[in-house]
Amino acid sequence: MTLYDFLYYIILPILSISEILIIIRFLQGPSIVDRVIALDLIITTGIGIIAVYSIITNRPTFLDIAMILALIAFLGTVAFSYYLEKRNK
Amino acid sequence: MTEITIGILASFGAIFVLLAAVGLIRMPDTYLRISVTTKAATLGIGLLLVAAAVFFKELSITTKVLAIILFILLTAPVSAHLIGRASYFSGVKLWKGSVLDDLKGKYDKSSHKLKSDIEEAPEKKANKIGED
Repeated sequence: MTLYDFLYYIILPILSISEILIIIRFLQGPSIVDRVIALDLIITTGIGIIAVYSIITNRPTFLDIAMILALIAFLGTVAFSYYLEKRNK
Repeated sequence: MTEITIGILASFGAIFVLLAAVGLIRMPDTYLRISVTTKAATLGIGLLLVAAAVFFKELSITTKVLAIILFILLTAPVSAHLIGRASYFSGVKLWKGSVLDDLKGKYDKSSHKLKSDIEEAPEKKANKIGED
Protein backbone atom coordinates (compact mmCIF):
# COMPACT_ATOMS: atom_id res chain seq x y z
CA MET A 1 0.00 0.00 0.00
CA THR A 2 1.60 3.23 -1.13
CA LEU A 3 1.28 6.57 0.58
CA TYR A 4 -0.97 7.76 -2.25
CA ASP A 5 -3.45 4.93 -1.64
CA PHE A 6 -3.37 5.43 2.11
CA LEU A 7 -4.11 9.14 1.85
CA TYR A 8 -6.65 8.75 -0.93
CA TYR A 9 -8.68 5.84 0.44
CA ILE A 10 -8.39 6.30 4.24
CA ILE A 11 -7.46 9.83 5.27
CA LEU A 12 -9.61 11.78 2.81
CA PRO A 13 -12.78 9.72 3.59
CA ILE A 14 -12.24 10.29 7.34
CA LEU A 15 -11.97 14.03 6.76
CA SER A 16 -15.05 13.97 4.51
CA ILE A 17 -17.08 12.12 7.16
CA SER A 18 -16.09 14.70 9.77
CA GLU A 19 -17.09 17.46 7.35
CA ILE A 20 -20.52 15.85 6.94
CA LEU A 21 -20.95 15.59 10.74
CA ILE A 22 -20.09 19.28 11.10
CA ILE A 23 -22.59 20.20 8.38
CA ILE A 24 -25.30 18.28 10.31
CA ARG A 25 -24.57 20.50 13.33
CA PHE A 26 -24.57 23.54 11.03
CA LEU A 27 -28.07 22.68 9.79
CA GLN A 28 -29.69 21.74 13.12
CA GLY A 29 -27.80 24.06 15.51
CA PRO A 30 -30.22 25.39 18.12
CA SER A 31 -28.73 28.89 18.33
CA ILE A 32 -26.97 31.07 15.78
CA VAL A 33 -23.72 30.79 17.77
CA ASP A 34 -23.65 27.03 17.08
CA ARG A 35 -23.89 27.76 13.38
CA VAL A 36 -21.01 30.23 13.55
CA ILE A 37 -18.83 27.67 15.36
CA ALA A 38 -19.76 25.01 12.81
CA LEU A 39 -18.86 27.39 9.96
CA ASP A 40 -15.48 28.07 11.57
CA LEU A 41 -14.84 24.33 11.94
CA ILE A 42 -15.93 23.63 8.33
CA ILE A 43 -13.28 26.04 7.05
CA THR A 44 -10.64 24.67 9.46
CA THR A 45 -11.33 21.11 8.26
CA GLY A 46 -11.09 22.44 4.72
CA ILE A 47 -7.53 23.57 5.46
CA GLY A 48 -6.67 20.00 6.47
CA ILE A 49 -8.26 18.60 3.30
CA ILE A 50 -6.22 21.08 1.23
CA ALA A 51 -3.01 19.97 3.00
CA VAL A 52 -3.72 16.29 2.26
CA TYR A 53 -4.72 17.09 -1.32
CA SER A 54 -1.49 19.02 -1.92
CA ILE A 55 0.42 15.88 -0.85
CA ILE A 56 -1.64 13.66 -3.16
CA THR A 57 -1.32 15.88 -6.24
CA ASN A 58 2.29 16.96 -5.38
CA ARG A 59 1.43 20.65 -5.78
CA PRO A 60 2.60 22.83 -2.87
CA THR A 61 0.87 25.91 -4.37
CA PHE A 62 -2.39 24.76 -2.77
CA LEU A 63 -1.00 25.67 0.66
CA ASP A 64 -1.35 29.38 -0.24
CA ILE A 65 -5.11 28.86 -0.43
CA ALA A 66 -5.00 27.15 2.98
CA MET A 67 -3.36 30.25 4.44
CA ILE A 68 -6.00 32.57 2.97
CA LEU A 69 -8.78 30.29 4.22
CA ALA A 70 -7.35 30.45 7.76
CA LEU A 71 -7.44 34.24 7.52
CA ILE A 72 -11.02 34.27 6.24
CA ALA A 73 -12.18 31.91 9.01
CA PHE A 74 -10.77 34.20 11.69
CA LEU A 75 -12.20 37.34 10.10
CA GLY A 76 -15.61 35.73 9.66
CA THR A 77 -15.83 34.61 13.28
CA VAL A 78 -14.73 38.02 14.57
CA ALA A 79 -17.25 39.84 12.37
CA PHE A 80 -20.09 37.50 13.37
CA SER A 81 -19.38 37.85 17.10
CA TYR A 82 -19.07 41.66 16.77
CA TYR A 83 -22.45 41.99 15.10
CA LEU A 84 -24.12 39.46 17.43
CA GLU A 85 -23.05 41.61 20.37
CA LYS A 86 -24.33 44.76 18.64
CA ARG A 87 -27.67 43.13 17.92
CA ASN A 88 -28.40 42.35 21.57
CA LYS A 89 -27.45 45.78 22.83
CA MET B 1 10.87 6.02 6.44
CA THR B 2 9.58 9.40 5.33
CA GLU B 3 6.39 7.79 4.05
CA ILE B 4 5.78 6.06 7.38
CA THR B 5 6.25 9.37 9.21
CA ILE B 6 3.81 11.12 6.88
CA GLY B 7 1.31 8.29 7.33
CA ILE B 8 1.47 8.44 11.12
CA LEU B 9 1.18 12.23 11.22
CA ALA B 10 -1.74 12.27 8.75
CA SER B 11 -3.53 9.46 10.64
CA PHE B 12 -3.33 11.27 13.97
CA GLY B 13 -4.40 14.54 12.35
CA ALA B 14 -7.41 12.93 10.70
CA ILE B 15 -8.37 11.16 13.94
CA PHE B 16 -8.26 14.42 15.88
CA VAL B 17 -10.35 16.23 13.25
CA LEU B 18 -12.88 13.37 13.36
CA LEU B 19 -12.97 13.60 17.18
CA ALA B 20 -13.62 17.34 16.90
CA ALA B 21 -16.54 16.70 14.52
CA VAL B 22 -18.01 13.99 16.79
CA GLY B 23 -17.60 16.33 19.77
CA LEU B 24 -19.40 19.10 17.91
CA ILE B 25 -22.32 16.71 17.37
CA ARG B 26 -22.37 15.12 20.85
CA MET B 27 -21.57 17.98 23.24
CA PRO B 28 -24.67 19.19 25.12
CA ASP B 29 -23.84 22.89 25.34
CA THR B 30 -22.68 25.77 23.15
CA TYR B 31 -19.71 26.57 25.39
CA LEU B 32 -18.48 22.98 25.38
CA ARG B 33 -18.74 22.98 21.58
CA ILE B 34 -16.57 26.11 21.48
CA SER B 35 -13.90 24.33 23.52
CA VAL B 36 -13.96 21.41 21.05
CA THR B 37 -13.43 23.78 18.11
CA THR B 38 -10.39 25.40 19.67
CA LYS B 39 -8.47 22.41 20.99
CA ALA B 40 -9.02 19.20 19.03
CA ALA B 41 -9.38 20.81 15.61
CA THR B 42 -6.29 22.98 16.06
CA LEU B 43 -4.15 19.96 16.97
CA GLY B 44 -5.52 17.90 14.08
CA ILE B 45 -4.95 20.60 11.47
CA GLY B 46 -1.46 21.25 12.83
CA LEU B 47 -0.52 17.57 12.44
CA LEU B 48 -1.90 17.43 8.87
CA LEU B 49 0.06 20.54 7.89
CA VAL B 50 3.26 19.14 9.46
CA ALA B 51 2.72 16.01 7.35
CA ALA B 52 2.64 18.23 4.24
CA ALA B 53 5.85 19.96 5.36
CA VAL B 54 7.61 16.60 5.87
CA PHE B 55 6.47 15.46 2.42
CA PHE B 56 7.77 18.46 0.44
CA LYS B 57 11.07 18.97 2.33
CA GLU B 58 11.69 22.52 1.06
CA LEU B 59 12.52 25.53 3.15
CA SER B 60 9.93 27.83 1.54
CA ILE B 61 7.08 25.36 2.03
CA THR B 62 8.12 24.56 5.61
CA THR B 63 8.10 28.28 6.36
CA LYS B 64 4.67 28.62 4.83
CA VAL B 65 3.33 25.69 6.86
CA LEU B 66 4.82 27.08 10.08
CA ALA B 67 3.20 30.45 9.32
CA ILE B 68 -0.21 28.80 8.87
CA ILE B 69 0.18 26.79 12.11
CA LEU B 70 1.28 29.87 14.05
CA PHE B 71 -1.64 31.87 12.65
CA ILE B 72 -4.16 29.17 13.63
CA LEU B 73 -2.61 28.82 17.10
CA LEU B 74 -2.89 32.58 17.61
CA THR B 75 -6.38 33.14 16.21
CA ALA B 76 -8.29 30.08 17.52
CA PRO B 77 -8.35 31.23 21.20
CA VAL B 78 -9.15 34.81 20.23
CA SER B 79 -12.11 33.85 18.06
CA ALA B 80 -13.31 31.34 20.68
CA HIS B 81 -13.23 34.03 23.36
CA LEU B 82 -15.10 36.52 21.16
CA ILE B 83 -17.82 34.08 20.14
CA GLY B 84 -18.20 32.82 23.73
CA ARG B 85 -18.62 36.36 24.97
CA ALA B 86 -21.22 37.09 22.30
CA SER B 87 -23.12 33.90 23.15
CA TYR B 88 -23.08 34.77 26.87
CA PHE B 89 -24.61 38.15 26.09
CA SER B 90 -27.24 36.73 23.78
CA GLY B 91 -28.43 34.57 26.69
CA VAL B 92 -27.40 31.07 25.64
CA LYS B 93 -28.17 28.79 28.58
CA LEU B 94 -25.51 26.65 30.23
CA TRP B 95 -25.91 22.89 30.31
CA LYS B 96 -27.94 21.70 33.29
CA GLY B 97 -24.97 19.61 34.49
CA SER B 98 -22.65 22.64 34.66
CA VAL B 99 -21.46 23.23 38.20
CA LEU B 100 -20.13 26.78 38.25
CA ASP B 101 -20.92 30.03 36.42
CA ASP B 102 -18.26 32.53 37.42
CA LEU B 103 -19.79 35.39 35.44
CA LYS B 104 -23.26 35.11 36.98
CA GLY B 105 -24.48 38.58 37.96
CA LYS B 106 -21.18 40.24 37.10
CA TYR B 107 -21.94 41.34 33.54
CA ASP B 108 -23.96 44.47 32.97
CA LYS B 109 -26.30 43.33 30.19
CA SER B 110 -26.97 46.81 28.82
CA SER B 111 -23.50 48.40 28.84
CA HIS B 112 -21.54 45.11 28.34
CA LYS B 113 -19.09 45.95 31.10
CA LEU B 114 -17.64 43.42 33.51
CA LYS B 115 -17.93 44.18 37.20
CA SER B 116 -15.07 42.44 38.96
CA ASP B 117 -13.66 42.44 42.44
CA ILE B 118 -10.62 44.40 41.33
CA GLU B 119 -12.78 47.34 40.34
CA GLU B 120 -14.56 47.44 43.68
CA ALA B 121 -11.38 47.32 45.73
CA PRO B 122 -10.29 50.98 45.32
CA GLU B 123 -13.69 52.22 46.54
CA LYS B 124 -13.43 50.12 49.71
CA LYS B 125 -9.94 51.47 50.29
CA ALA B 126 -11.14 55.03 49.79
CA ASN B 127 -14.00 54.45 52.24
CA LYS B 128 -11.63 53.09 54.85
CA ILE B 129 -9.31 56.05 54.46
CA GLY B 130 -12.30 58.38 54.75
CA GLU B 131 -13.45 56.67 57.97
CA ASP B 132 -10.05 57.02 59.54
